[in-house]
Amino acid sequence: MSMRPSSVPGRLCRIATTTALLVGSLALPVGGQAEEPDAPLTLYSGRSESLVGPILERFSAVSGIGVDARFGDTAELAALLLEEGERSPADLFFAQDAGALGAVADGDLLAPLPDDLVARVPEAFRDASSRWVGVSGRARTVAHTTTEELGLPDSILGFTDPAWSGRIGWAPSNGSFQAFVTALRARYGEAATREWLQGVLANDPVAYPSNSSAVEGVAAGEVDVALVNHYYLLQLQEEHGEAYPVAQHFFEGGDLGSLVNVAGIGRLDSSDQPDAAAAFIDFMLSAEAQRYFAETTFEYPLIDGVAADPRLPSLASLDVPEIELADLADLKGTVELLRDVGAID
Amino acid sequence: MLTSPSGLRIRTIASSSRPPAALLVLAAVVVVLAVVPVAHLGLRALEGGLETLQPLFRARTLELLISTLALGLAVTVGAVGLGLPLAWLTTRTDLPARRAWTILAVTPLAMPSYLLAFSFVAASAPRGWLAALLEPLGMTAAPSSYGFGGAVLVLTLTTTPYVVISVRASLARLDSAGEEAARSLGSGPWAAARTAILPVILPALGAGALLACLYAISDFGAVSILRYDTLATAIYSQYRLSFDRSAASALALLLLLMALSLVWAEGRVRGRAARQVAHGRRRPARVVALGRWRWPALGLCAALAALSLLVPSVTIAGWLVSGWRRGPQLWDAVDALSDSLVLAFGAGLLAVAVAVPLSLLVSHFPGRTATATERLLYGLYAIPGISLALAVVSLTLNVLPALYQTLFALVLAVALRFLIQSVGALRGPWLQISSHTLEAARSLGERPPGVLRSITLPLLKPGLLGGFAVVFLSALKELPLTLLLAPAGFSTLATDLWDAAREAFYGEAAVPATLLLLVSFLSVGLLVRRGDVQA
Repeated sequence: MSMRPSSVPGRLCRIATTTALLVGSLALPVGGQAEEPDAPLTLYSGRSESLVGPILERFSAVSGIGVDARFGDTAELAALLLEEGERSPADLFFAQDAGALGAVADGDLLAPLPDDLVARVPEAFRDASSRWVGVSGRARTVAHTTTEELGLPDSILGFTDPAWSGRIGWAPSNGSFQAFVTALRARYGEAATREWLQGVLANDPVAYPSNSSAVEGVAAGEVDVALVNHYYLLQLQEEHGEAYPVAQHFFEGGDLGSLVNVAGIGRLDSSDQPDAAAAFIDFMLSAEAQRYFAETTFEYPLIDGVAADPRLPSLASLDVPEIELADLADLKGTVELLRDVGAID
Repeated sequence: MLTSPSGLRIRTIASSSRPPAALLVLAAVVVVLAVVPVAHLGLRALEGGLETLQPLFRARTLELLISTLALGLAVTVGAVGLGLPLAWLTTRTDLPARRAWTILAVTPLAMPSYLLAFSFVAASAPRGWLAALLEPLGMTAAPSSYGFGGAVLVLTLTTTPYVVISVRASLARLDSAGEEAARSLGSGPWAAARTAILPVILPALGAGALLACLYAISDFGAVSILRYDTLATAIYSQYRLSFDRSAASALALLLLLMALSLVWAEGRVRGRAARQVAHGRRRPARVVALGRWRWPALGLCAALAALSLLVPSVTIAGWLVSGWRRGPQLWDAVDALSDSLVLAFGAGLLAVAVAVPLSLLVSHFPGRTATATERLLYGLYAIPGISLALAVVSLTLNVLPALYQTLFALVLAVALRFLIQSVGALRGPWLQISSHTLEAARSLGERPPGVLRSITLPLLKPGLLGGFAVVFLSALKELPLTLLLAPAGFSTLATDLWDAAREAFYGEAAVPATLLLLVSFLSVGLLVRRGDVQA
């Protein structure tokens, strides 16, 4: 096996390494991040692209400001913002619920918004210190199958009844669901909330990755009921037609099962484009964007002069549970509780 | 795909000399790039002291560990059980339309596991198309795809091609002399196969089985869709919904250790297995006449093709129809396609560029450095995507903020993870270049650039193409790294498909799904034509 050391291998290696470096350096600029003067806004969106993508594009078309969105779960992005702190590349946080906005605001990461912006929205649906503002309203509801008579409970608390075993769908990783659990904790306390969660878990609920897939689960016959927000059903009816075998139920008597929450926006204190960020919020609170939320995503518009979908009970007629949205900021505690009882991993 | 180390022993370029410094430096850079994120993950897991590791000692962790292992084991058994006969049927028998079946057996490589999972869920829903199909047969519902059974089925179908490719390559190289000798000494066909064939293809089978097992334990997309909880899904959930990342990091390390022990165990087994020695001219293998056994053989091939290709195609076609009613969203898909191509080209080029010298190191300078580098690359490949993603997020955010959420970090991570595939594709071509060839060329008066042009590059070319194409394909299908590392505004066909289908907006998922499949079918086609996957 002995072999005369030849210069051939050495040269081969050099050629190979040079090729590697050349091609490598060609691949490098792909990652280069140019800091343009009018760089696009970076938006962390807890609302999915399917829901808000069109209105983001509309904003860019109207304002000439680009938007780079990072989509994720609301709680994920709140946790990410808290971890990133001052280093966050985000200019805006579009959350699925007020609690997550409160959590980020409590981390001193949100800058106060101009008064004329927040004043367009009723006080109940914005932060008292103007650090975030609601953009659209949504009610919790129970989507249920119409293929059989179910005998729904009078309260969301009734789903711990063993009669519901194997029939419940929910989305425990979803921000709106977590806000609802935070509301339970705020009203009934930690122990009672834990007991309710354990009671529902004893009924082997099916955990869906999102609200809409939970409603689709009802339609597909996988479960009989799904604890979701009100607008998913309307969207799915739009897609599948009126024969869609699902209806939804709003609880009465101020039951938390019909909690009204908002999706809202906050502007990061670390943003280097505060004006463009404010322009974004301004657009989301314009009549055009509010009509989009009313007519395309079927949420409740929050400014005067834009009406909700006629098929929905009006916000005023909903027997809204008395919960201050500001009380829902302890998202961390809710996530820990959900993990502790085994609702999420 | 990885090709098992060739059993061929050709005199190498410099088997006795030490590798040149340039190669060692490059290997060291790769080692650092691979080790740093993992070390950081370890630090991250430990930063809060033992207290933060407490979640690791819950009963739930043990459950997840067991469910992950059970999945890995079942998928390995399934993939070997299907892949071995399939490889044999398509290389050594007179199976009708053998070439077509070969292509069909390999094509599922293009099918991402999460897409297959979505398809099975949609098809087998209580009111899905499979139920409608089964109704006339008196069945009220299709069997559910959720849970262990569904996860095993989907991941077995996804990983069988890895076993097929690995074993086929070994069977194709097999010298039939041993088998014939065994037969001439009076052994029956089965005994001859056991004594003469099995030991020789065992390393390839082991490599294929290892790939299947690693794939299964680290898969994240399919198992979450099929609602089968594993360590990978728990890590993702911990990452997404936790205000404290130590627990996620600890779980990620656990999964990493599991993967590396598998690599180690397979290495031990392979080390003991017989090595094939090729001398002289290879004798063409005898073709086995199947006789009436060809019907069940055809049935097996057809059933596999139907499950892994037909079911998803029918489902996606259904999505396209329902998506059409909502109006086509072609432009979003074009954006995603271009992002996918940027990622896949970037990762493919980077991987092949680094793989050229690295594969020279492992093929021509056997020794401790080469072995260690190769093991490490294998280890990187074995690191579950979700663990690597978590490590890179944390490392870039806390230590290298300039790289945080940049496309470069994503491309680098993807290229590193799949680097071994590229090295595997280039090792064979490098081995064909012996120092004798080069010296002969030089002694005939060829200058070094001429040698490079007329000998080295032409011989390396298939490896360069193949090494690029495999990483391209893997990057295209990649999900967890892209989900966690993509900069804001960057979304690939895979992530678009994932987001839409998670929301159950299947109509919206249809276009990215179709485009993704088209591009990956094309790259598998390239591999098949190139002969990497011999048809």
